[in-house]
Amino acid sequence: MTTVTTTQNAQAGDGGSMLLTLMKLRTFIALFAVIAFFSIFAPNFLSTANIILMSKHVALNAFLAMGMTFVIITGGIDLSVGSIVGLCGMVAGGLILHGIDLQIGYTVYFNIVEVAIITLLVGVAIGAVNGLLITKLNVAPFIATLGTLYVARGFALLSSDGQTFPNLVGNPDLGTTGFAFLGSGRIFGLPVSVWILVVVALAAAYIAKYTPIGRQIFAVGGNERAARMSGIKVDRVKMFVYMFSGFCAAIVGIVISSELMASHPATGNSFELNAIAAAVLGGTSMSGGRGTIGGTIIGAFVIGILSDGLVMMGVSSFWQMVIKGIVIIVAVVVDQAQRRLQQRVALMQLAKKD
Amino acid sequence: MAEIEEGDIILKLDDVTKVYSGIVAVKHANLALRRGAVNVLVGENGAGKSTLMRMIAGVEKPSLGRILLEGKEVEFNSPADAQKHGIGMVFQELNLFGNLSVAENIFATREIVRGVRGIDHKAQVERANHYLDKLDAGISAETMVEDLPIGQQQLVEIAKAISLDTRILILDEPTSALSAAEVDILFKVIGELKAQGVAIVYISHRLEELMRIGDYITVLRDGQITGQAMVKDIDTKWIVRSMIGSDAKDFAKSVDHKLGGEAFRAEDISLPRKTGGLAVDHVSISVRAGEVLGIYGLMGAGRSEFFECVMGQHPHSTGRIFVGAKEIIERDTPARIKRGLALIPEDRQREGLVQVLSIAANLTLASLQKLTRFGFHISGQREQAAIREAINDLSIKAPNPEFDVTSMSGGNQQKVVIGKALMTNPKVLLMDEPSRGIDVGAKADVFRTMRRLAGEGLAILFSTSDLEEVMALSDRIAVMSNGKITKVIDRAEATEEMIVKAASEGHKSTREFA
Repeated sequence: MTTVTTTQNAQAGDGGSMLLTLMKLRTFIALFAVIAFFSIFAPNFLSTANIILMSKHVALNAFLAMGMTFVIITGGIDLSVGSIVGLCGMVAGGLILHGIDLQIGYTVYFNIVEVAIITLLVGVAIGAVNGLLITKLNVAPFIATLGTLYVARGFALLSSDGQTFPNLVGNPDLGTTGFAFLGSGRIFGLPVSVWILVVVALAAAYIAKYTPIGRQIFAVGGNERAARMSGIKVDRVKMFVYMFSGFCAAIVGIVISSELMASHPATGNSFELNAIAAAVLGGTSMSGGRGTIGGTIIGAFVIGILSDGLVMMGVSSFWQMVIKGIVIIVAVVVDQAQRRLQQRVALMQLAKKD
Repeated sequence: MAEIEEGDIILKLDDVTKVYSGIVAVKHANLALRRGAVNVLVGENGAGKSTLMRMIAGVEKPSLGRILLEGKEVEFNSPADAQKHGIGMVFQELNLFGNLSVAENIFATREIVRGVRGIDHKAQVERANHYLDKLDAGISAETMVEDLPIGQQQLVEIAKAISLDTRILILDEPTSALSAAEVDILFKVIGELKAQGVAIVYISHRLEELMRIGDYITVLRDGQITGQAMVKDIDTKWIVRSMIGSDAKDFAKSVDHKLGGEAFRAEDISLPRKTGGLAVDHVSISVRAGEVLGIYGLMGAGRSEFFECVMGQHPHSTGRIFVGAKEIIERDTPARIKRGLALIPEDRQREGLVQVLSIAANLTLASLQKLTRFGFHISGQREQAAIREAINDLSIKAPNPEFDVTSMSGGNQQKVVIGKALMTNPKVLLMDEPSRGIDVGAKADVFRTMRRLAGEGLAILFSTSDLEEVMALSDRIAVMSNGKITKVIDRAEATEEMIVKAASEGHKSTREFA
């Protein structure tokens, strides 16, 4: 009798752990599934040109999703990233076209490196505003970033009266040329934006795993009170994540303007939703404390490939939205199932030990 | 001991046991409640009083055993079920809706309605005022509950229970926030209810109250009933004896070592309570290096709040703190940790651990900066070494430090919290109820660790509501009551009765002023 029950338990345990491993790899499995599916059903899906094009699309969402991942891990949310993309694009475009008028008859023009740095600082500054609202004034992250969403978009539209800054080739006399490199340049055959993504992603993954601030991000999201009691400067950690998110959004703003060689103030509308979707698909828990940069990147790839592949198959954009929504919901359902299964398996292992 | 009169039994617990995941809260308890009498229940924190009452009130179901109501077996699936059978309870933690008025609270879930015209607010207020007047509460039924001080909120809770027209009324520490005058009125009301034949269950730590009002007394210890008697036959000594028992627990023997100079001093620490008064009332205390100071007090005596003030968790607290000879001017927790203070919080789950992180990450959480190279890179080697050392030092039973911290037993989780605090190299260790919710073996480990650390020259302050613990572990004992330190005494001179008496003294002095 006893032997029978033990073997049954063992089997249940093994079956459980097998299923668990599968569930843990679900984002990978989803990625391979979409790639396999589209390479069969979408013509030219695996052509080099298409892969490079897709990687550029994916990169844009991946930047935002990385920033979003840190924010969500601390238990917050950043709705303002789409607007930051738009505003930063306008800042970069405006600096190249018009420079800064000092009001005393002089106008200062910057070279492309300086333009990029100033634009990034603008993104970080908006992130800092989010952070200050949330930490010092105790505004809920959802509301604070909803507010900056409107404010930043408003300023983007005001900056040009709603017009596009066209033709950002710059003027050789003023030393403002070369903006196209970021959006359409290639290094070793890969787009520059993809290289930037690789660098930022590696840095973010390093921060998450090997630095005190990274560990503290997880601790704050997992149990803010315990983090405070352990002497973690919770406000500083939150400031960091919102500033990093603003930084990532500024990169996207620059890259998009560079790709189009124009800045439009409505750029980045509703990008924040795609970023949240990628983070969640990659296993980031909306209640905080869990998530990885690697998972988020894969999540961004799944979403990007899904939408590009569906376009190539000629699926209507209305159906695309339905499909994307279902994929996100399924991902979260599986995530919850995994968590429950994990607890069951852990309990079973404990019981076996005793 | 005289025989216990049978009395008129209304409810009987027959061999009841309650098990939570891994912990036996109540073991084979037999209890009879008598009609028209005050049935007193007494025991230390965690002895199982509240669990026992929660089973009668339908909040919990017994794991084993039967509940007999007037001789018939009953089963309560919810508090509403128990209420239908005429059982009402005033819980120790207040269960009121702060955003609703007093009348709405009293009639919550059984609103007086006038058909389709909805709730009859006027009738509710009238009825509510009637009950409040009975208690001489001086509260208008239209006031928002959140605007009332805590003592009056307790009166609202009592009024609510009385309004149920119960046959059995359970009061779990109803006087913990009441003034002496309010207690007198409550006792008068209890007397009236008794005359009406209501069976009253009264739980309290204040022994003199029990002696004044009780008819039958039951003492609980570690989930077991250790004494039952008529109140008229016994005295407080008997209660203390039954509460503590004679079988000694496994305490670490104190190692003789010399005490050093003053390591920690708190001067005049005060913390205002949100609802008025002081949660910590001008507390001053000094501890020497290598000394273990036990702070004894009942729930709500202000021990946790005092520790939190010391750690800089309350920006509104006043007073001065010294570590060694130097005053600590910084008011934030990180700086205070850096200056050599560390706290093991009382609530392990809410304040001690980050549940989603691994055992290893929890251990190093407070001292990450020390384990870095170049100021930002966490050195894997150094971290591993530190974790191994902590696991060995504290004999944490962790098969793999990378597992989730929640995969371990409560005792080992507590050791992780202690390890985390020790990694910051503190000079003064504050431990808030360090033995709460952990098993006997882990308790012994924790106590041994405390003695060892004291031997190494750490100043330790620990709080407890376990008399035996405070007597066995401390070099010196401080008793807190109602936010004040009411007694500081060397262990050699302390007796259990002295401590129990001092633990309710804080309330007495307010009585004199009142």
